[in-house]
Amino acid sequence: MNLPLTPSQTVGPFFAIGLSTSVGSHAVPEGTPGAIRVTGQVLDGGGMPVPDAIVETWQAEGTGRCATDDEGHFAIVTVKPAKHAGVTPPPEAPHLDVSVFARGLLSRLVTRMYFPDEEKANASDPVLRALSTHDRATLVAGREGSGLRFDIHLQGANETVFFDR
Amino acid sequence: MAGSRRAVDPPNDSPAYRSSELRAPKRPLRPLPGRLSEVTGPLLGDLVIGPSDSDLTRQHSGEPLGERITISGWVRDERGVPLPGALVEIWQANAAGRYAHDVDQHAAPLDPNFSGAGRCRTDADGNYRFVTIKPGAYPWRNHPNAWRPSHVHFSVITAAFAQRLITQMYFPGDPLLAFDPVFNSVPDPEARDRLIARWSLELTQPEWSLGYEWNIVMSGPDATPQHEDPAA
Repeated sequence: MNLPLTPSQTVGPFFAIGLSTSVGSHAVPEGTPGAIRVTGQVLDGGGMPVPDAIVETWQAEGTGRCATDDEGHFAIVTVKPAKHAGVTPPPEAPHLDVSVFARGLLSRLVTRMYFPDEEKANASDPVLRALSTHDRATLVAGREGSGLRFDIHLQGANETVFFDR
Repeated sequence: MAGSRRAVDPPNDSPAYRSSELRAPKRPLRPLPGRLSEVTGPLLGDLVIGPSDSDLTRQHSGEPLGERITISGWVRDERGVPLPGALVEIWQANAAGRYAHDVDQHAAPLDPNFSGAGRCRTDADGNYRFVTIKPGAYPWRNHPNAWRPSHVHFSVITAAFAQRLITQMYFPGDPLLAFDPVFNSVPDPEARDRLIARWSLELTQPEWSLGYEWNIVMSGPDATPQHEDPAA
């Protein structure tokens, strides 16, 4: 039996009343060894911040969710994921699976955030290797203070690489 | 199963929905062969859900105004396997078509007895159930004299990243559906109609509330699912 899928619709502008309190911006508890603060900005094709987006990170260690503020900023506290057990070679570099929802997006966008201190693993990651140098750069976080910076460009010259689902 | 979502989901580049203009990515989505559904995460196990969370008519001292309804159904994957423990979250406008959100400036009254948000987990058979009031239609500025049909926003989270879904449920017989660019962004008419709940005599409680049945089908599973214990 194959049931037909329920289609996606936009999260709309008012999701904060339904989604804000249930899952927090801490994918792991404060003080977890190795905890990293990932901050970033969601930007539209005009370079303007997107103040009504929601960014979710997904990994075995925990789920993070953060709505963007008036300047399009989000912040999620998480840890670098352990290597995915059971994935057939070639091995993938550690990364966060990231979902982006927003008013103006009818369907979920899926991307990945890779870690800047994993140069060797990133260089052999099969997903990164399939991309141009320019595109690859949109998926590798930068360093910001003691944390990481991961901006998400929905459009434009630096449009983030998004994946088919 | 990767890619089957593409056949039913609306393309983000949908010009009739004006907000998509500067937000829909312009470049094609890249393939991620067979990888997405391999990732499993914890089911938000520390989230506490009380009885009033799934009954939006009992979250305040008084009852909200409007037509009391039950919305119930199941959550399954494409094979028809029930998905127990899924987190289902909803949010909606009140009976007058106004959201309890600062940004909503529609000149319709707020209801002090209605916040418009609820959540529950699917039971062992993958079923969910909410009691709420029927949301009103409301105007928006997408095009001249544009009105959103009555709808309830749904967010569903299961253990699989690949299954993550946010969508909207509509009501049968709504004349506004034919004019709504969000509803009509789903290209396949049959897929679109799956967003419309079915009025149900069985779910309708005598002398109390109308009932609607709405079932949700999530993608997957992967051909070889891996149920890793995140604590292991």
